[in-house]
Amino acid sequence: MLKTFSLGGIHPPENKFSAGKKIEVLPVPAQVAVPIAQHIGAPAIPVVAKGDVVKVGTLLAKSVGFVSTNIHSPVSGSLLKIDDVLDSSGYRKSTIIIKVEGDEWEESIDRSTQLKKEITASSEEIIKTIANAGIVGLGGATFPSHVKLSVPPGKTCDILIINAVECEPYLTADHQLMLEKGHEIMVGTQIFMKALKVDKAIIAIENNKQDAIKHLQSLSSAYPGISIEPLKVQYPQGGEKQLIDACIKRQIPSGKLPIEVGTVVQNVGTTVAVYEAVQKNKPLFERVVTVTGKSMTKPSNFLARIGTPISSLIEAAGGLPEDTGKIVGGGPMMGKALVNTDIPITKGSSGILIIKNEESKRKPVQNCIRCGKCITVCPMGLEPYLLMTVSDKAMYDIAEERRIMDCIECGSCSYTCPSSRPLLDYIRLGKGKVGQIMRSRTK
Amino acid sequence: MNVVVITILTLAVLGTVAALVLYFVAQKFKVFEDPKIDLVEEALPAANCGGCSFPGCRAFAEALVKSDDISALNCPVGGAETMKSVAEILGKEVGTAAPLIAVVRCYGTCDNRPKTNHYDGAGSCAVAASLYGGDTGCSYGCLGEGDCVAACNFDAMYMDPKTGLPVIKDNCVACGACVDACPKDIIELRKVGPKGRRIFVSCINKDKGGVAKKSCEVACIGCGKCVKVCPFEAITLENNLAYINYEKCKLCRKCVPVCPTNAIHEINFPPPKVKTEEKVETNAVKKPVAEKAVGEASTLEKPTAEKSFSEKIVTEKVTTKNATDLKLDDEVKKDMNASSDDKNKED
Amino acid sequence: MNTLTISPSPHIHSGDSVKKNMYGVVIALVPALLISFYNFGLGAFVVTATAVISCMLFEHLIQVYLMKQQTTIWDGSAMITGLLLAFNIPSNLPIFIIVIGALVSIGIGKMSFGGLGNNPFNPALVGRVFLLISFPVQMTSWPAPNVLPFTYTDVITSATPLSVMKEAIASGELPTNVLDQIPSYRDMFLGLQGGSAGEMAGIAILLGLGFMLFRKIVTWHIPTAVIASVFVFTGILHYTNPMMYAPPMFHILSGGLFLGAVFMATDYSSSPMSKKGGIIFGIGIGVITVAIRVFGAYPEGISFAILIMNAFVPLIDKYIKPKRFGEKPAFAK
Repeated sequence: MLKTFSLGGIHPPENKFSAGKKIEVLPVPAQVAVPIAQHIGAPAIPVVAKGDVVKVGTLLAKSVGFVSTNIHSPVSGSLLKIDDVLDSSGYRKSTIIIKVEGDEWEESIDRSTQLKKEITASSEEIIKTIANAGIVGLGGATFPSHVKLSVPPGKTCDILIINAVECEPYLTADHQLMLEKGHEIMVGTQIFMKALKVDKAIIAIENNKQDAIKHLQSLSSAYPGISIEPLKVQYPQGGEKQLIDACIKRQIPSGKLPIEVGTVVQNVGTTVAVYEAVQKNKPLFERVVTVTGKSMTKPSNFLARIGTPISSLIEAAGGLPEDTGKIVGGGPMMGKALVNTDIPITKGSSGILIIKNEESKRKPVQNCIRCGKCITVCPMGLEPYLLMTVSDKAMYDIAEERRIMDCIECGSCSYTCPSSRPLLDYIRLGKGKVGQIMRSRTK
Repeated sequence: MNVVVITILTLAVLGTVAALVLYFVAQKFKVFEDPKIDLVEEALPAANCGGCSFPGCRAFAEALVKSDDISALNCPVGGAETMKSVAEILGKEVGTAAPLIAVVRCYGTCDNRPKTNHYDGAGSCAVAASLYGGDTGCSYGCLGEGDCVAACNFDAMYMDPKTGLPVIKDNCVACGACVDACPKDIIELRKVGPKGRRIFVSCINKDKGGVAKKSCEVACIGCGKCVKVCPFEAITLENNLAYINYEKCKLCRKCVPVCPTNAIHEINFPPPKVKTEEKVETNAVKKPVAEKAVGEASTLEKPTAEKSFSEKIVTEKVTTKNATDLKLDDEVKKDMNASSDDKNKED
Repeated sequence: MNTLTISPSPHIHSGDSVKKNMYGVVIALVPALLISFYNFGLGAFVVTATAVISCMLFEHLIQVYLMKQQTTIWDGSAMITGLLLAFNIPSNLPIFIIVIGALVSIGIGKMSFGGLGNNPFNPALVGRVFLLISFPVQMTSWPAPNVLPFTYTDVITSATPLSVMKEAIASGELPTNVLDQIPSYRDMFLGLQGGSAGEMAGIAILLGLGFMLFRKIVTWHIPTAVIASVFVFTGILHYTNPMMYAPPMFHILSGGLFLGAVFMATDYSSSPMSKKGGIIFGIGIGVITVAIRVFGAYPEGISFAILIMNAFVPLIDKYIKPKRFGEKPAFAK
């Protein structure tokens, strides 16, 4: 019996069309747009100005504060301007626009493909390097990685969990990465283990990726302390709380972080980025992106530079189909709908999903029939039907008491609702409002 | 016979004892309340809208009775008359707050501001605003989902199906519910003005001129022409956006014709003088846009603008009714659905 | 390219719908319906057709002409109400009484609260109980089951096992002796007993339950809680005093317990949302049913029990919270 998390969960159709497609290196586009806010926390402050000449890996914007991170140039060329450009958030955000000239990398970056197994850096050096390299959680949450690695005083970490679940339907970026960069993942995991000073790590993979499980299991004997944990397929297993529950049967109390139960979770893509940053001195400026969809002629996995407009990725994957109704940045369950194809990919872009026109519209909303299915599927044990109502009616005290802040916005409730009610829309709204109220209270 | 007597006696004794208990309990737990509070509450409109910033009319009445100086307190719904009667009851001085009215500072109609995408989420401005900038190029303007109309307790607003924007009727009492409901802060309470005449910048787009103009025909592009022309320093320009301070504005209307995008609206004024008209005619391209933007509600009201103010309200209502007549059935249906939906949520 | 659609996540939907759930219940009711046709023939057919058609018609009329809404009669919920109403009444009931029952079910039981999802009480039971109180004679004289009869007004009436038992105990007979006068447990389970049209065959209803569980339309909690609690409480009564109380198996298999537990108590609108709440709700129904059957004036109590517990649902929903992530299961204060 394979492990999985204990409450709720759904089984959306997987539709992993791009599975097994080799990661292709996407040609550098003519112009890139690099937003200065690509992570959770304070946006970075640009350290370059119009007309500056930059190389691949040059620092573009510097982090401000602890929860923030650096942004590096993904291309070489000259800086056109810093302007407000529509990004994946749907708002105009400050963005550095660079005209690409050649492909010249910073000399400090080791571009050899040779595997470097030995970790010479100390724990503190690793965390510093990760912070400088601008590494964030590549699963989509884009939380700066160095923050997670800095264990607060009084807390201990005894196990590291690598999230290779990729429970979102359609996406295959992590899967393909595991098949192609197994050794890098193993070394990256060991770097994390050294930074956290733990001797155990679990790489959690859902059982639908048999080839990846076998591949990593065959490698793991050479890397002590790392075990591979196949999990039963169920969404939202990739949620941090659900993953910890599934792997080590510890439940994080409400409002607390994983470190509370002695663990840290990192995404598998992040381990590769960390390997490259620590062993090869390469900052984070490119990532693997899945471009997929039912109507796409050539669903693919690309290694693309940050700031590449999604139109070039879609073009490389066979072009945008005529009947496209929606473009989603990320997976279908938690991804964001994008307003046009000029939007650049960022550190958090795990995939681009093209949805056909007839599948892009929601069904008409009907009365709640009180079937209770939203409660059954909620992985946090909440009552979505009630939270939606109280959020809409601005009854935020009840929402808080019914633990609206525990919601992980996985979308299982809206996915399941037979009446097609926009449960998560209102819960997200209420969550924002309750969060504001709670913050103003602590001030 | 005996049974009857015993029954009557028992009941009488029981009744007396219960009455005594009730009397003493009532005496013991009596809460003294100033009788003036009831009087004042009666004088208030009992709308419980919260426009006075107190939770309900009762709380406002308590505050009025308690505080010595009530010049800062105002009931926007009842206005000066109500406050006068309150002052008579309490024997205190009341301030004379100028009556306010809610103003929608966006004229991004479907023609002026083309849609760039199709919003398909929950029918609420708050949800749409928390998701993204909106279904047009302008990320500041009206989202058109009608949160403000839903918040209005006085039936003083409706969504114009032609423009996709909310329209505020003259029975607005300036309670401020719509101002709070709008996630984009588009609605502002402004002075009603003499004869209902008021001038305001009908745009809150803070984008740079080029970007703003590209997304909306009638956006404020922050050119500053109105600031220069204003003799009273009532107009300020901040973040590419002009703002008219209604306290300083003397309604001279100099700013209205100079605005290159017709973002400054004048309401309830007689039609422009011959001089301005000539000016408009010389600019052939600008003319249709200028006509379109004269009135807030619709161009149909323009010929009637010469009539007296009260007459105008009537005609305005008539014209807007005509405009919405066709859609009325649909709207009723929508209302019904919405209300059943509400009930269901309360469940 | 079309204009892109923007909506908050999730961007896919399970494809589940109100219709799918409701028609699932209708399909689950088919075995019981067939048994009722087999037993009562034309009578059962006329009663069922009248109830279903009048329920759907009343819903349509009320929605369109009173509530000015779009009609939702094809979502299947009115059909279920009609079927359940038909299952709960004798199959020789005069048609005008059925129509009155349908009007009360839909008009008072459902639409007066705002339609599907808003009704606090099970509409079919509201109609049934209304008829039981208003037309006690017609509602308690059942035609004897007969293989495929083709007459409508069957004059031969037969008492239900429950009323036989009740009268026998009242007249001082031993419950165990009475068991000989009524059909055997096997016959009762297969539907060979007197009673309302669709409530007799436990096996047909369990088949329906199996289908609904398979399609995830309902969960096991409410039916199991109802049946188990009836079993436990009648068991306690029987073994403390076998002279006075009938054995538990008799209570489980007789009357409308299966129909009530599987189809009535699990009605979405009038049952609790959480599973824990469902179990409490089910136990409540079981206890009240037994209390009415054993101590009350009526031989059968499941309808009243469900209606009484329906009234507690808002309270249960308020105080019984689902098991939250990250905390030990605990009842709310």
